[in-house]
Amino acid sequence: MADAVTPGPIDAPADLAPGDVLLSVDGLTVDLPGRTGGRVRVLEDVSFQVPRGRVVGIVGESGSGKTMLLRSLLDLLPEGADRTWNRVMLDGADITSELPRRRLPAAMVFQDPMTSFNPLVRIGAHLAEVAQRFQRVGRRQATALAREALAAVRIPDPDRVLTRYPHELSGGMRQRAMIAMALLARPELLLADEPTTALDATIQAQILALLRTLQAERALTVLIVTHDLGVVAAVCDDVLVMKDGRIVEAGSVDRVFAEPRHPYTRTLLAAAPAAPDEPEPGEAAEGGDA
Amino acid sequence: MTSVPDVAATLDASTLVHRTRSFRSVSAILAIVFLVLVALVSLLAPLLPLDPSSTDLAARWQPPSAEHWFGTDELGRDYFARVVYGGRISLTVGILAMAAATAIGVVVGLVAGYAGGRLDDLLMRFVDFLSSIPWMVLVIVVSVFLKPGLWTIIFVIGAFSWMSTARLVRAETLSLRERPYVGYARYIGVRRVLVVGRHVLPDAAPTIIVAATASISNAILTESALSFLGLGIQPPMASWGSLLETAQGSLQAAPYLALIPGILILLTVLSFNVLGDALRQSVSEGGA
Amino acid sequence: MSAQTEELVRVDGLVKTFPLRNAWGRKTGTVQAVDGIDLTIRRGETLALVGESGSGKSTLGRCILQMEEPTAGTVMYDGVDLTALPRSERAAHHRSMQVIFQDPFSSLNPHRTALQNVLEPLTVLAPGDDVRERAIEALAAVGIEGDAVHRRPRAFSGGQRQRIVIARAIAVRPGFVVCDEPLSALDMSIQAQVTDLLLQLQRDLDLTYLFITHDLSVVREIATRTAVMNRGRIVELGPTAEVFASPQHAYTRHLLDAALTADPVRARARLERISARPEPIGLEPDGTSLVEVSPGHVVLR
Repeated sequence: MADAVTPGPIDAPADLAPGDVLLSVDGLTVDLPGRTGGRVRVLEDVSFQVPRGRVVGIVGESGSGKTMLLRSLLDLLPEGADRTWNRVMLDGADITSELPRRRLPAAMVFQDPMTSFNPLVRIGAHLAEVAQRFQRVGRRQATALAREALAAVRIPDPDRVLTRYPHELSGGMRQRAMIAMALLARPELLLADEPTTALDATIQAQILALLRTLQAERALTVLIVTHDLGVVAAVCDDVLVMKDGRIVEAGSVDRVFAEPRHPYTRTLLAAAPAAPDEPEPGEAAEGGDA
Repeated sequence: MTSVPDVAATLDASTLVHRTRSFRSVSAILAIVFLVLVALVSLLAPLLPLDPSSTDLAARWQPPSAEHWFGTDELGRDYFARVVYGGRISLTVGILAMAAATAIGVVVGLVAGYAGGRLDDLLMRFVDFLSSIPWMVLVIVVSVFLKPGLWTIIFVIGAFSWMSTARLVRAETLSLRERPYVGYARYIGVRRVLVVGRHVLPDAAPTIIVAATASISNAILTESALSFLGLGIQPPMASWGSLLETAQGSLQAAPYLALIPGILILLTVLSFNVLGDALRQSVSEGGA
Repeated sequence: MSAQTEELVRVDGLVKTFPLRNAWGRKTGTVQAVDGIDLTIRRGETLALVGESGSGKSTLGRCILQMEEPTAGTVMYDGVDLTALPRSERAAHHRSMQVIFQDPFSSLNPHRTALQNVLEPLTVLAPGDDVRERAIEALAAVGIEGDAVHRRPRAFSGGQRQRIVIARAIAVRPGFVVCDEPLSALDMSIQAQVTDLLLQLQRDLDLTYLFITHDLSVVREIATRTAVMNRGRIVELGPTAEVFASPQHAYTRHLLDAALTADPVRARARLERISARPEPIGLEPDGTSLVEVSPGHVVLR
């Protein structure tokens, strides 16, 4: 993971040939209109690279700009936002001038599945619409693809779920459906904005496990935004630490967690949950009783 | 670094909500200017050299000129004076009727929403009942028993237009009641009246303000309609609505007699609506 | 010290059901949010109530406080049967039982200043000439001083608002505080500060806490005993260290496994284990009574 200008320790891209980098962003800066007039700078000269096939975590607290980072990639910024960047490279090709006309081959999974689905439209229709749009197929085939996608995200009884409305599903199922919807767009890059924050711990773990599995199965590149270091530790290969609109540290998860260099990273790690239990006793007692 | 709440607030507004910047928008400023102007002129009318009643049959139906800014009417009276005094009446009715309707509506809405249960059912059925009576029939029946005039019309509008406000306030109250700090106040034993007044009402204010400005607009329009039909303000008093009624007879000869009060009604109602929007924005921004 | 004075709160057979309504408002069934709970909370301890959403833990907390009326069962506080008291007489006990909520943004009246918010319980539950001083003192104890007390909640950050909420709870000098997910809405670095504050206040003011949360890492730090809830029932209860070290119920083990940790190696291993598992079955708390497996440690079997 390389990083051009941030005031923090960064890792040199060990042996990253140009073809290995899927997305490279240089000098991204975003302004938003402030609440009382004036402008607020939410991202300041952000530069990073996303290697192909890796899971990259973007971690920071509220106000760090991590969500804005994701949204600026997909041009989903609030009204009045001002986005500038020096260079964006996709697969080695400079596409700076082509954006925002051209879309990134990316799909996004949002935090709150309730507000991401139209409550009046069934899941099947949601998914089929995406399939039709991005894979240019007819209605019937789109529905078949939708069913496949639901199965891919390990939803039991996909046929039944296709006919359900969003509010009839549990939180975990809705999130799986949203991931399925994202997959139907055949993205090379999957963006996830706090995908598990609103879920219970056990469901969270399942969804994260699912993301990992899907990523391996389909050679996806994943960008996950989260405030939870536990999520980063469990699922991510690389991590970008953000504070106040800047990237303060970047590198592989193993390195950053073992040897944090920036003081803010150290603060974050210190505040993070320690292992709740030492030698995995849950394992030992497994199968012991009802 | 600019404070975090700034950014959070902008994000909350979300891309889907068009942000008018409260009082800084052009339309809000224009609305306020217009209303202030109208209000000033109406208030100061007795001090101005205006004479709405002296007739001059030699100078009937004169178009607007330097001498008579709005021309003269069918009896040769200075129309500008007529319109100004008519405006006083229209605004008075609008404001007083709004005050009455809003007061009743807020009280009913708060009680129904907060108390819930049987009382809520009872009040809402009463609201439904009143809403379902054809309004015109109501007015005509009432005017049989009461002499048409200024106070009658204020009463009629005030007493029969509070229902929508009540519904709005009740809906707000129902959701506000669930907020943790309201629950906490109830828990520690704050008296119900205080809970509603201190914890529910302030957050219901934006809704109430919108309802109130809609109410003024509605009242002015209603009064104009009633007067136009002859059921409202009676001569020699005039309101913009009754002026419209009188102007009917001279539409060909003197269109300005109808145009002027008509446009004024439109601008006034529009201004109140724009003002209501701006007020609601600024009050809700000032809250949580 | 007799068992009587050691027990501050005692819950027996608590049941709370909510009616299920369909779109037309008609009752279509009931939901057992709390399905028969027996619990004691000892003076001076911190009992953690752990569970996921829908487990009933928040409802249980509210029933203990009498913010919700239990459908059945009794709640004894300091030897007094609260459920038997008429509403009017309960207020006196509310002074001693306070609550801290999850969302600092909606826990305070946004139109009143911090000081006014903290004054409210004082003027109602513990009136006196010195209420203002006591309110200021409470705010100072949580780190809000000087002119800041006259600001409205929107001028404060999430962590600071939560401190004001805490000040409001302790201003009346309660003996028992129910903390309902007090850290969930806060950033991680702020969570540590607020946790420290809660611990310090507990020492200074001799408080007993019922700490409701879904976050196991916090529990480890501050709870003496831990109760695990699932679908309205307690499935395991015991000294925290023991419950974590040798969880007896399948659901407890499942929860522990799902807890993410900031150690990449361990976190990945856990995730592997979870993805290898089939959809969790048999986690319904089947079982009829709490059986003691070691002193003070019970499991639903």
